[in-house]
Amino acid sequence: MSTMTSKIEQICARYDHDRARLMDIVREVQEAFDHVPREAFGLIAEHAGTHRVEVESVVSFYSFLSDKKQGDVVIRLCDDIIDRFQGGDEVGETLCKALNINFDETTADGNITLEKTACIGMSDQAPAMMVNDTVITNLTPEKIPAIIEQLKANPDPQTLITEVGDGNNADPLVQAMVKNNICEAGPVILSDYRKDAGLRKTLTMTPEEVIEDVKTSGLRGRGGAGFLTGLKWALTRSSPGTDKYVLCNADEGEPGTFKDRVLLTERADLVLEGMTIAAYAIGAETGIIYLRAEYAYLRAFLEDKMNQRRAANLLGNNILGKEGFNFDVRIQMGAGAYVCGEETSLISSCEGTRGDPTDRTPFPVVKGYMVSPTAVNNVESYCCAARIADMGPGWFSSIGTGKSTGTKLLSVCGDCARPGIYEVPFGTRLSDILERAGADDVACVCVGGPSGQMVGPAQFGLGISYEELSTGGSMMVFSNQRDILEVTEAFMEFFVDESCGYCVPCRVGNVLLKNRLERVRKGEGSQGDLDYLQRLGESVKYTSRCGLGQTSPNPVLSTLKNFRPVYNALVKDNGSGMNKSFNIMKAVEEASAIAGRRSEIFHA
Amino acid sequence: MSKPRVASTSLAGCFGCHMSLLDIDDRILQLIELVDFDRSPIDDIKHISQRCAIGLIEGGCCNEENVHVLHEFRKNCDILISFGDCATMGGIPAMRNNIPLEECINEAYRDGPTVYNPQGITPQDPEIPLLLDKVYPAHEVVKIDYFLPGCPPSADTLWAALTALLTNQPVELPYELLKYD
Amino acid sequence: MSDAIKIKIDGKEIEARLGQTIMQAADEAGIYIPRLCAHPDLKPIGSCRVCTVVVDGRAQAACVKPVMEGMEIMNETPELLQHRRNIIDMMFVEGNHFCMFCEKSGNCELQALAYRFGITAPQYPYQFPEKDVDATHPDIMLDHNRCIMCARCVRASQELDGKNVFQSIGRGFERKIGVDGERALGDTDMAVTDKAADICPVGCIIKKRVGFEVPVGKRIYDKEPIGSDIEGVKS
Repeated sequence: MSTMTSKIEQICARYDHDRARLMDIVREVQEAFDHVPREAFGLIAEHAGTHRVEVESVVSFYSFLSDKKQGDVVIRLCDDIIDRFQGGDEVGETLCKALNINFDETTADGNITLEKTACIGMSDQAPAMMVNDTVITNLTPEKIPAIIEQLKANPDPQTLITEVGDGNNADPLVQAMVKNNICEAGPVILSDYRKDAGLRKTLTMTPEEVIEDVKTSGLRGRGGAGFLTGLKWALTRSSPGTDKYVLCNADEGEPGTFKDRVLLTERADLVLEGMTIAAYAIGAETGIIYLRAEYAYLRAFLEDKMNQRRAANLLGNNILGKEGFNFDVRIQMGAGAYVCGEETSLISSCEGTRGDPTDRTPFPVVKGYMVSPTAVNNVESYCCAARIADMGPGWFSSIGTGKSTGTKLLSVCGDCARPGIYEVPFGTRLSDILERAGADDVACVCVGGPSGQMVGPAQFGLGISYEELSTGGSMMVFSNQRDILEVTEAFMEFFVDESCGYCVPCRVGNVLLKNRLERVRKGEGSQGDLDYLQRLGESVKYTSRCGLGQTSPNPVLSTLKNFRPVYNALVKDNGSGMNKSFNIMKAVEEASAIAGRRSEIFHA
Repeated sequence: MSKPRVASTSLAGCFGCHMSLLDIDDRILQLIELVDFDRSPIDDIKHISQRCAIGLIEGGCCNEENVHVLHEFRKNCDILISFGDCATMGGIPAMRNNIPLEECINEAYRDGPTVYNPQGITPQDPEIPLLLDKVYPAHEVVKIDYFLPGCPPSADTLWAALTALLTNQPVELPYELLKYD
Repeated sequence: MSDAIKIKIDGKEIEARLGQTIMQAADEAGIYIPRLCAHPDLKPIGSCRVCTVVVDGRAQAACVKPVMEGMEIMNETPELLQHRRNIIDMMFVEGNHFCMFCEKSGNCELQALAYRFGITAPQYPYQFPEKDVDATHPDIMLDHNRCIMCARCVRASQELDGKNVFQSIGRGFERKIGVDGERALGDTDMAVTDKAADICPVGCIIKKRVGFEVPVGKRIYDKEPIGSDIEGVKS
């Protein structure tokens, strides 16, 4: 106990006993003790100036934090539908067998814990899993026994890496087996660019001129919502407050998306340059990159990039000699919560609380991080901003469509020959992308991830843009061999797992949607159940508090719209008034086993 | 013209809802003018004898016999009404729904503080209906057309609903008559 | 008054003041917008969503949305009434609400809302979740079966009592109200005189030994629907 006390004191002291750094504190406690022990809640609270229940509130919120003792090694198998379709379930079974445990259990020797986790951003090299912070890709059941043997012999997961990936994945600070899979480099982000030319030009302009250029370029948020970046910066700049903040949303949690992973690996400087330009434009001195826990393997590399930029006077005081322009960035690690990609949740998390979203009046541009004006932008948006600063708004807006300027990075995965990153001008038709990705047998494409739309061949002629098919980057391809409603149900499970539970419609409605969908899939549903799904889905969409809830019924609503025949084939009304979903044989099964006799009334 | 027939049953209930039905007092004479009673605990008819206009269901389904009876009602009644909280939401019996079934049986027959059962025997007569894994509100087993909540629904509530139905008026309960307790 | 503005609710023009929420302005004008998590003494948080209204075409929680000059608000449209009803149903099926023996029955705001909406049975299946009852405190019971996660207690303890007895823990369907004690409510500094002990809209936080004091027929919502007090303001 005393070692625990002193260790916790040490950790809290490292963060100045600052309550706002609670995320970092509990993450370090977890690393030190392989969990955050319940008996430590009070101690942490005492040394971080908060209450015990606040610590519990944070620890119980994030899926990578645990109050139960875990192994030195925690294996988190990606449970995304793409991974499952590529053999993830078989990999899971083999893992259980090799470790002789089930999921959410720890081996008898206490060394290895096995869990499932939501999409880890490796859908182009699925199935994949995390072993602590190390990512292992392209798994097959055959590879598992050797991996487990190796881990038993040496718990350092880095020893599992036999071959590193391309580009900066091979950097000594990364050493990941992850591949970039850049299939198409577009003109804005993935082509060669002049490093920091945009920042240099920016510093010759006034902040107002910089914002005006971003406005003129038509740049809209690349995370999916599509808010005008220039307007966001202008509002942040004009909002009263001395401290302003630039936040980078690198919590790429939308299943099937992995473009930010590639940007952080190959365009880290461009991201930081874009953040610095934003800081100059809005008058901020502090930036935060909110990095999802799944990308922890990039942390040291990014820290090093930041150090290099500090040394080159690209971060720090009087940047590039610009008197009075001071800006620096820190990384805030996430801990496994999709909702933290929602900007107000992300801010809550940066402030060291559970990642509940907050009300968007006031908006973060007025009162965000630390109740100060804050611009939260996507990784890709910052890259675009830096390129606009160099090449000019006219160059940028000449690419794409009238309302959707520039290019979009798409993460294509699933049933296609060439999964990976495609940087395409907005307006590119979905059918073109499918062709380039080598997807020739396509029943359904999920555009924008579970929170987006599931579309069928009738929509393949539409263009990728904010006005037609909007996406934050996720593009999951499903062939005719796949059960579309299995995908839908998996997506609803995802939302059930990831709902923060703050508001009623999202907390309860998604559970009800998932259950009723399950009933329909089993052939126990009626036409009335489809109306039920539609009406319930609309209520969840309409009344939920944040973007997660408002988009969570989309898998159900978009398949009801675009794949109605699939549903209709499953439901039949027999008119008897007997509910098909009630199965008397199943209902008496348990009692029958206890009593050792069968039902006298109902026989199978 | 023959009078519409009404059947009623108490499944996993306490007969309190039927007591409430008797609480309509002298209005029962008017009711008899309006309807004929078929199967019901009130007249002790054991099975529905002919097509009924209305079936009143008290109680949810806690065992297979309840399901059997409810099926008979659904097959033979034009309109089914869940009357009372047990039919509507499981009620007191549904408090067992998050306790394992075996624990419930042991508590009832062997381990309960008021149980005297020195041999520790759990009755196993085949006549005893098997319990369901949980208590189901009636509408999870069959289609139910109307719900009259309350524990029990008051006599006035029952009277208002029945007379509305029998005179082809919409069943709309005034505020004071819609209660869950 | 210089900050006086005009807004419209369901086409009816009413006066409001800058700084008010839509709900506050509506209350003063005698227009009831159904709500559960909102409470006049507490900072609004918009968690139950029952007060969802449409403001200039967008769904907003009336309890948190500030009024602005010329705002046009829809309150009693058939769509909104249906969404609200659906939300009320969700709250009933996510917990274990046994009204027939609940001390709060007749004074319960969730139950009263269901009465006001004429709900005879929820459309959704009961989930019958497993929940705890915490009876460790000498004077107060915490029955999680009845909790609707409105967080009134969380706010009351912080804002009115100057304590921090409650906070939300867990997430999603597993979310619940946690207490600031080593094990349970009995380990906290909660007192029966705390405002937080009186603020629960349902029967989750109940004072011991005072149940069923008011006879049936005399309870708050026995005769008059919830919201009648507000609607009585200008009638």
